[in-house]
Amino acid sequence: MTDQELIKRKLDYSLHLADTTLILSQRNAEWCGHGPVLEQDIAITNISLDLVGQARNFYQYAAELINQSNDKPIHPATEDSLAYLRTEREFKNCLLVEQPNEDWAQTILRQFFFSNYQFLLYQELQKSNDRQLAAIAEKSLKEVTYHLRWSSEWVIRLGDGTAESHQRMLQAIDELWRYTGELLNAAEYEKEAGTDPSLFQPQWLSKVKEVFDEATLPVPEKTFMQSGGKTGTHTEHLGFILTELQYIQRAYPDSQW
Amino acid sequence: MPVQDFEQLFQDKIDNEIKIEPKDWMPEAYRKTNIRQISQHAHSEIVGMLPEGNWISRAPSLKRKAILLAKVQDEAGHGLYLYSAAETLGMPREEMINDLHSGKAKYSSIFNYPTLTWADIGAIGWLVDGAAIMNQVMLTRTSYGPYARAMVRICKEESFHQRQGFEILLVLSRGTTAQKAMCQDAINRWWWPALMMFGPKDSESTNSDQSMKWKIKRKTNDELRQNFVDMIAEQIKTLGMKLPDDQLKWNTERKHYDFGEIDWDEFWQVVKGNGPCNKQRLEARRKAWENGEWVREAAAAYARKRADRQKDKAA
Repeated sequence: MTDQELIKRKLDYSLHLADTTLILSQRNAEWCGHGPVLEQDIAITNISLDLVGQARNFYQYAAELINQSNDKPIHPATEDSLAYLRTEREFKNCLLVEQPNEDWAQTILRQFFFSNYQFLLYQELQKSNDRQLAAIAEKSLKEVTYHLRWSSEWVIRLGDGTAESHQRMLQAIDELWRYTGELLNAAEYEKEAGTDPSLFQPQWLSKVKEVFDEATLPVPEKTFMQSGGKTGTHTEHLGFILTELQYIQRAYPDSQW
Repeated sequence: MPVQDFEQLFQDKIDNEIKIEPKDWMPEAYRKTNIRQISQHAHSEIVGMLPEGNWISRAPSLKRKAILLAKVQDEAGHGLYLYSAAETLGMPREEMINDLHSGKAKYSSIFNYPTLTWADIGAIGWLVDGAAIMNQVMLTRTSYGPYARAMVRICKEESFHQRQGFEILLVLSRGTTAQKAMCQDAINRWWWPALMMFGPKDSESTNSDQSMKWKIKRKTNDELRQNFVDMIAEQIKTLGMKLPDDQLKWNTERKHYDFGEIDWDEFWQVVKGNGPCNKQRLEARRKAWENGEWVREAAAAYARKRADRQKDKAA
């Protein structure tokens, strides 16, 4: 691979990390002011805030890669140009994070599947020889450790709570399980510029088993897994998320905010 | 000791600037007034999350999004301290929340106005938080200890929010023609409702005298409102914008700004529930609470199971 190609892979990888954290932040933020109880409203908003912070770090790095490359644009890339002016087909987030909040069960389960994956990912990434990515991963790991603990506790509470909460968790598993395969299946750019998540698939699954056991929830059998988000083929939800997210920048181009 | 002596002792403490603490004797009316005021304040923080939360998903940059998220989260935190302060007077949080949802308890009318553009987020920070701070700085010296201490923490964060709001407007005021227009429009819409936040005129205010005597309040509505006008009339010069009041003018004798008359009819209409968003705000809060019921039940059921299991283990 030429240097040029490696930079392109690195860029795709950074954008993938940035998009994934941004979209989940956007989804979680929908709860702000509407949570089931004040303490949890604060908790989910806090996670949203952590994730947008991580997204900013990854976008800033991606912008740096673009601005240093041979075919740099006339207007330098920024964290905002990358988040606000790319289209549905350019976004590289995993499908899981763009799925709707629905109820607290689905939001919690999405967070648990994701944080479980992100925790393993950042542990690997902090050893990366790309020092910038390693530094972001290392810095974020403390936050992610908390997200994982918080969401695991809620999976257990809801799974082993009332008949209704248990039923809602089963429904959430039914909705979301099909999007978990993609988290652990590497896109080309992940293999070449980052960490291959299939390497930690066993640890991911064993954490799910441990938490689901305690929550008295069944781990689904092998089913067909949806994928495509990492390479820009999304579910129909993403277009609406971006419409809202990008509205001001699209309506008032070339303005400072 | 006869009640009269207790009352004398209580008033002596107040006159000597000794804080009243939860376990101290206090007149029933003092307790009730504080519960009413603190819970109303807590509700305002919680309902106030809605108009601003409205713009989190559409914030124009990642930095603004992060700042706004943190701000709305701070408000939830303020709500939490304030509910706790009110609970020290013997009112459970759930009961306060039920009173909000039934319409029995009030919250600040300002949050019944809509946030229509991004500039409204700046105007709320600058004008609404600015007006709130006037009131809250006074409340850091209020006579009920837990309330005063909650206010000290809250004030620090609020003044930060006010600066952030002003900064949003400052950027807009130096931006494109469309941004400048957006900025002026937001100021036009929020100015009068912000002035209304200080409540009725002193001559019309029913709760004021007793609250001043008990040092729950330490400045009158009109005094606070005047301080606010004086502050904003100066700050707006930096923005190069105008306040929507033809009568606003520096009075050299009074050493204060004169300003026009508030539309008191609008004020009372919004208090009575006829503001542009009263219905939506309450509905949003009720819906969040109702949708959360199964979650709270599940958490309680799980906590009971766990406690039982631990008991079994110990036995």
